[in-house]
Formats: sequence, C-alpha cells, structure tokens
Amino acid sequence: MTSPESVNTRYSLFLKRDCPTCQLILPVIDELRAAPNVALTIYSQDDPSFPEGGIAIDDSELEHSYRANIEVVPTLIRHGATAEQDARTQGWDRQLWRELSSIAELASELIEFKPGCGSKSQDPGMSEVLELKYGERKMVSREVELAASEDDIEACFDRGWSDGLPVVPPTPLRVLRMLHGTDRAADEVIGLIPPDNMSCTIEKVAINAVLAGCQPEYFPIVLASVEAALQDKFCMHGLLCTTYFSSPVIIVNGPVAKRIGMNSGINALGQGNRANATIGRALQLLIRNVGGGVPGGIDRATLGNPGKYSYCFAEDESDPDWPTLAQDRGYSRNESVVSVFAGEGLQGIVDQQSRTPESLSLSFAASLRSVAHNKLFGLADAILIVSPEHRRVFKQAGWSKEDLRTALYNALMTPGEAVVRGADGIAEGMPEKFKDKILNKFRDDGLHIVSLGGTAGMFSAIIGGWVASGERGSQLASQPFS
Amino acid sequence: MHTILLDPTAELRPVERQILPRLTTLTGATIGLLDISKPRGKEFLDEVERQLKALGARVRRYAKPTFARTAPLELTQRISSECDAVIEGLAD
Repeated sequence: MTSPESVNTRYSLFLKRDCPTCQLILPVIDELRAAPNVALTIYSQDDPSFPEGGIAIDDSELEHSYRANIEVVPTLIRHGATAEQDARTQGWDRQLWRELSSIAELASELIEFKPGCGSKSQDPGMSEVLELKYGERKMVSREVELAASEDDIEACFDRGWSDGLPVVPPTPLRVLRMLHGTDRAADEVIGLIPPDNMSCTIEKVAINAVLAGCQPEYFPIVLASVEAALQDKFCMHGLLCTTYFSSPVIIVNGPVAKRIGMNSGINALGQGNRANATIGRALQLLIRNVGGGVPGGIDRATLGNPGKYSYCFAEDESDPDWPTLAQDRGYSRNESVVSVFAGEGLQGIVDQQSRTPESLSLSFAASLRSVAHNKLFGLADAILIVSPEHRRVFKQAGWSKEDLRTALYNALMTPGEAVVRGADGIAEGMPEKFKDKILNKFRDDGLHIVSLGGTAGMFSAIIGGWVASGERGSQLASQPFS
Repeated sequence: MHTILLDPTAELRPVERQILPRLTTLTGATIGLLDISKPRGKEFLDEVERQLKALGARVRRYAKPTFARTAPLELTQRISSECDAVIEGLAD
C-alpha cells in the first residue's frame, strides 16, 4: 500500500516471450511490482499471456513499441515529467536496472548481465509498416481503391499507368519505402513535368519509381535523372513531342553506380540488371503519368526506339587514365553524376582488324558519318561508346581520349560540296549554301565519348542524337548528386 | 480491406475508370449489331439496322452462339477490328 501523498514513479517494460533474456528477468518483474512507489506497465510483443497472470498489455500490433521507439527487449523505461526526461535501459544489466529502479538489492540472485533480443518492431520491413500505420508522415497522393475482383497489376494497366509491361502496384507501403531512399521531403516540388507541365513532388517521383520496379537505394539516381531531364538545355518537352526516334538516355558516373550494382560491363546496354532496367523506366513512366506524355498523344514519334522503355547504363571507370564522361563535363571521379542525352537506338561498329589508333579512329569516323544520314552534318549529336578492347588499342599506342577526339574531329571534316542536296544522286543532304564550306559532322561539344562493355569483342557503338541538337534543341545535361 | 494504390498521375482525371470516347457522328461509321441469340432479337435488330442506315451508318451483324455465355474471344476481336461501335441486342 502506498499513502495518498506518495507519488509513484511510472515505468514501462517491453518484452517478448521469444527472448531468453525476457524469460530470465521474470523474477525481477515480481520484485518491481512489489516495490513501493513503482507503477509498472508491461507490454508484451508476441504473447499477451506472457508474463503469466494477465499483467501485460497486448502489444502484438506493436503500436506501443513503435511509439516508444523500442529497439531491444527487454527495455525498461523510467518515465519523467516529460518524454525528454525519460530514462531507459536495454537488455539485462543489473547495475543499470538497480540505478533506474532505485532498488539497491534488485535481483541479487541473478547474473549481472545478459544482452537482450531485437524488438519485433525492428523486424525487417516492420519499421515502415508501423510508420505507415502510426507515424506522422502522411502521403498526400490520391488513393485509388481497387475492387475486390481486380487484379492489382491488371488494374494498373487498366488505368493507363503502364508503358506496356507490368508495373509494380504502388501501394502506400512500397511508396513509403521508396521515400526512405532520400532525405528530401515528400512534398518538395522537383519541377514541372512536360508536356503538361504538371507540378511534381518527390512523392510522385517515388510512386513512379515503385511502378518501374526500382529499389529505394536507386531513388537518388532517379531524382537526379529527373532533375537533369528538367534542365532547360535538355529540352524534354520538345524531345517528347518529336516525330524523331530519340528519347532520354541516362548515363551514370561515379561511386554510386558500383554501390547499387549497375552494369557497365558485359551486355551493359541489354537486359538483366535491375538498376539499369528500372531507373530509365522510372523517368519514362514519370513523363507518361505526371507529364501526360503518351504515344499518339503528345508523343508523336514515327517509330520510336526500344530504349523508350528504359535506356540507362553506367560507364566503365576501371581505367584511371581514361577520363569519364562526368570528367569531360567538369566533375571529378569521386562525384556521382547522372547525365541525360537525347538519343536514338544503338548502331554497332565492327572493327576487328585495326591495331593502330590511326586506323581505328578513321574506322569510328566512317561509322559516325551515318548518324541521322551520311549527308547531314551538324544536326545530330552522338555518343560514341568505346568498348574495352578498342580502348586498349588507343592506350597501348599511347593515345589519350583527347587524342581520339581530335583525330575524329579531323577525320570528320568534309567539303560541303560532297554532302549538299543532290550530291551522289541523293536528294537529301545539306542546303546549297554550304556547298563551298568545310563542314564537320558534329557541332562543337556534339560528340560525347563513353567507355563501357564486356572485355571481349572489338565492337564499339554509336547512340545517335536527336536531329534538333544543340541550342535550338537538346544538349547533354548533367546533374551531380550525393 | 481492398487494395489501396497511390495515384502516379497528375490527378487531372477522375479516379473512376472512364468510358471510351463516344462517336460524334454516325455518318460513315461502322456499327456492329450483336444478337445475343435470344428469341425475337432478330426483329428488334432489323429495326435498329434500318434506323442506323437512315442516319448514314454502315451496319454489320454478329451473333453470339448462346446468350448464356459471354461472347467468344474470336467474336469480340472481330467486332473490335471491324466496327467503330457496337450495340448489343438484348431481348426479353
């Protein structure tokens, strides 16, 4: 019995039956309950009949454990006047329990120390489940309730959210997990998404990243790719509307690519790597769903290209002497950078005979002439993808990447008369006014060189750019991020 | 509880699934008349056909093998590839 004047100190104790340390301290619970001026509330995570005697509150929903931010059981909390004045101890440490309870002889028969077990509120994936149920963070996007008879993946098709392939249904839990991939606030506006120029929050990007199949650890790259695509110089609106093949190509540089396991090696432009496949898809789905850019609507592509599902890869940065695309754009190797390029499909370059850089650079230049059309100059930018075996030819001869760029520039200088309309019996070509000029295939800063691919195969490749390249259309846009 | 999904769009359109755009004119349109194969359906659809033609529509006639089952896939594909709209002739 306590006198009416005495003030009880309130304690909370979190337990689970499936924890040997919680079993060990059962006699301590009896001591605490018998102590004067102690008001003990017990929460049981896995079995309300533990401890016996109906003395525990059922916390199998884990709401109390979540609100008390329990990481380990047992946890004993001594409550102060405010939450800030609470004190707690985890596991069994006799000295600490004695201090917290102010009972000097507490548990004199018991061993001094035994670590606790993980709280059920910390089971894998559980923290987001509880945050969604009990947390303050609320997502504001419209909720779409499916009928009981609806298949969730088919429902996404039916509502027009898909690019033609199945999408991952964006449940609130999945979206919350995606949002955990960034520190940025869910309600932060990232920009206006063309073609409808709709205001877009980080939350909407997260929903589309879920649809695309991204993991939360990819989300910073998705956000950077969106920001790169929204740069004015990239001209996303025009790129979407064009009848041309082109669409955003995403190139990832820096430590982040390795951290999330992106492919820059064998089959780097093909299928099979989740990060490569889904990051590019997330950008495409965002433009479709938030921007309203739908084929046949604003997207007027005559043929399109398969990369409009997803076109994303990392650069092979294994050679410290060969500058990366990001370095070419003024960043350092230890920065993570996403670049977007308005590109069409892939064109291969076979050269299995060249063993000198002179021959191989001429070979590359010959193939590069075909970007857009052999007789169209200065219209479309391009990415030249140099494979490791071709890169070796330059390296072994002592050529730098800059040497290659210079050789290509020189090899692509062409008298206008050779490519004007009508020349070679082909009506297509440069306007007559260029007849007496010397032309280069690419405008200044119009040819980007990236290195990637498997280590076997003397095959390089070209990603041709949009025929509206440069200031009148799209320029490669880079976005650093951390 | 039913599945809840978060809307990935700009939320410009109602959340309810929308019906397809309606025809703005019957002139020159091809209208399918689907007889579900209940008695007297033919007489009813003959009259519908007569009125549609008077409005300038082309009419194609189809019939389900039995009213008790949904139309076979082959039939629905044929109707959707040959017609701009379809009218299903119920009976009773």
